[in-house]
Amino acid sequence: MAAITEQQLGPNLQEPAGWRRTKNRIATIAMVVAFVLALVPLVFVLITVIARGIKIMSWSFLTSGPIPPNVAPANVGGIGPAVLGTIEIVAIATAMAVPLGVLGAIYLNEYGGKNWLARLIGFMSDVMTGVPSIVMGLFIFSIWVLHFGFSGFAGALALGCLMLPVVIRSTDEMLKLVPNPLREGSYALGASKARVTVTVVLPAAIGGIVSGALLAVARAAGETAPLLFTILTVTTANPNVFSGPNTSIPSQIFANATSPYVGAQDRAWGAALTLILIAFILMIAARIVTARFTRYSR
Amino acid sequence: MSTLTQQAGPATPAGSAHPLSQRRPLGDRTFQIITLACGLLVLVILVLIALSTTQQASSWFTTEGWGIFGTVWNPAANQFGALAFIYGTAITAAIALIMAVPVSVGIALLLTEVVPYRLARPIVYVIDLLAVVPSVVWGLWGILVFAPWIGKIYVDIGSAVTGIPVLDSLFGPPTSGASFFTAGIILAFMITPIVTSLSREVIATVPAIDKEGAYALGATRLEMIRGAVWPHSKGGITGAVLLGLGRAMGETIAAALVIGSSATITSHLFAPGDSMPAVIANQFGEASGVFRAALIGLGVLLFAFTIIVNIIARAIVGRSAEQGTA
Repeated sequence: MAAITEQQLGPNLQEPAGWRRTKNRIATIAMVVAFVLALVPLVFVLITVIARGIKIMSWSFLTSGPIPPNVAPANVGGIGPAVLGTIEIVAIATAMAVPLGVLGAIYLNEYGGKNWLARLIGFMSDVMTGVPSIVMGLFIFSIWVLHFGFSGFAGALALGCLMLPVVIRSTDEMLKLVPNPLREGSYALGASKARVTVTVVLPAAIGGIVSGALLAVARAAGETAPLLFTILTVTTANPNVFSGPNTSIPSQIFANATSPYVGAQDRAWGAALTLILIAFILMIAARIVTARFTRYSR
Repeated sequence: MSTLTQQAGPATPAGSAHPLSQRRPLGDRTFQIITLACGLLVLVILVLIALSTTQQASSWFTTEGWGIFGTVWNPAANQFGALAFIYGTAITAAIALIMAVPVSVGIALLLTEVVPYRLARPIVYVIDLLAVVPSVVWGLWGILVFAPWIGKIYVDIGSAVTGIPVLDSLFGPPTSGASFFTAGIILAFMITPIVTSLSREVIATVPAIDKEGAYALGATRLEMIRGAVWPHSKGGITGAVLLGLGRAMGETIAAALVIGSSATITSHLFAPGDSMPAVIANQFGEASGVFRAALIGLGVLLFAFTIIVNIIARAIVGRSAEQGTA
């Protein structure tokens, strides 16, 4: 009896018939098609890079140098100098940008709060993430390279400038998630603000901060444009980051991409695979850090 | 009772020594100043970018005057008019937006309104992967794989539209796969992740009560999106699109490889062209004197354009996000 009344009085949950339903279905299909459209180029790029890069990939490809001339066939030499350069440059950029960015974010969230300066800095950090990477390269060229010459360090400065606002923004987001009672509890014990921040707030947010920094590193490692006029692109390894031209994996790909020689193109594909592997490893590391060490999330 | 007062007794002076007094420990003030300096670094760098690049480009601005917007770029003859590159940047960015925006908003709606949470997460990962592929890898794939392939399609389209008034001047006979249009497509792939993720954030702030209200009135999902989601989030999506525009304008390496490197102003979308960042990347190595100043000057213009676009975009996105949470 009850079931019958429900059937009679309850709302009609069926989809409306006719043209309205058709339009709704078309819209849903269009959304799925949009996703497929975005998926297709990604799949094609990844398949091409893996298929063509794996042919040349080996330990000696990653470590041996100097980088052979473009006419050399694919099985000669490797991109060791570029791998070394990328590791050096990105490491220095990270060592500069991450501490400064975290401290900047601490100002935004712990000291500035909602005052106009903190809001301005936060807003301009967002804006700075949109500054084209080539402009960063020109900037470091103008203030550093013209006076001190090309070096891996100049490239690290350019990458650091790109990473800084990204680190500030991701750290700021993470600090916002730390619950206030944690801070208040520490103040109640008589701790100063600096102490609360360093010993309570940062440890509570460390998972998110590290994973945000790893993603910033992953993006910086793939940047080419800021390095073109700061490190130049050379074929021999330069272990001295602070003086003399250097090279990096993305610069090497850019140099080889327009070469008509198959050997040079193959080395470019191998370098591209290396670059994507680095980015993936950093991304996975970020996910693991997030999963294991994040205490507060949205 | 007595133990309680005894405990509270010594605690009070220690407590009042810090939080209640105006004097804070020296270390605390030092730490605050250090963090403030790091925060200010952002503003300092932005100002330094503007000053140092403008200074290096000054000889271009002074020798050319308004000629910087001239149509002829001929370094051999010391002619440095940048209009062709500004045109190329605008055209490629427009092509990228026309393709990327509907796709991005579609994916954002799919994620927020259609699929359940456990399916949305992997889709977000996949879209994020698009952002992980470095610019130079898009460029490498673009010039060695994509451009040769799409070049054949250009030929077919070009011959199909021969003689048709407007279409002929837009999609006329191509010279190779490297063109404005190829660059625009590659840029579209590259800006899809950011436009998608920002649109998704904006759409996620639409109050559930608005959506439920629309459904309660018997709306289909599409009608609900048009009636409840769209009015609420169109401002924020505009901001997301502008951010995508900023990215597309500044994208360098991929464009430098696939745009064809030819300083021409033409209505033919399948013709090779050049954009501001691409010409800087391709020609800076051999430049000196006014030539180099002109290339740095292009960087100054690019910086100005992207900063303006980004400020407007962030202001719009920020305002619409505040509306959503309020």
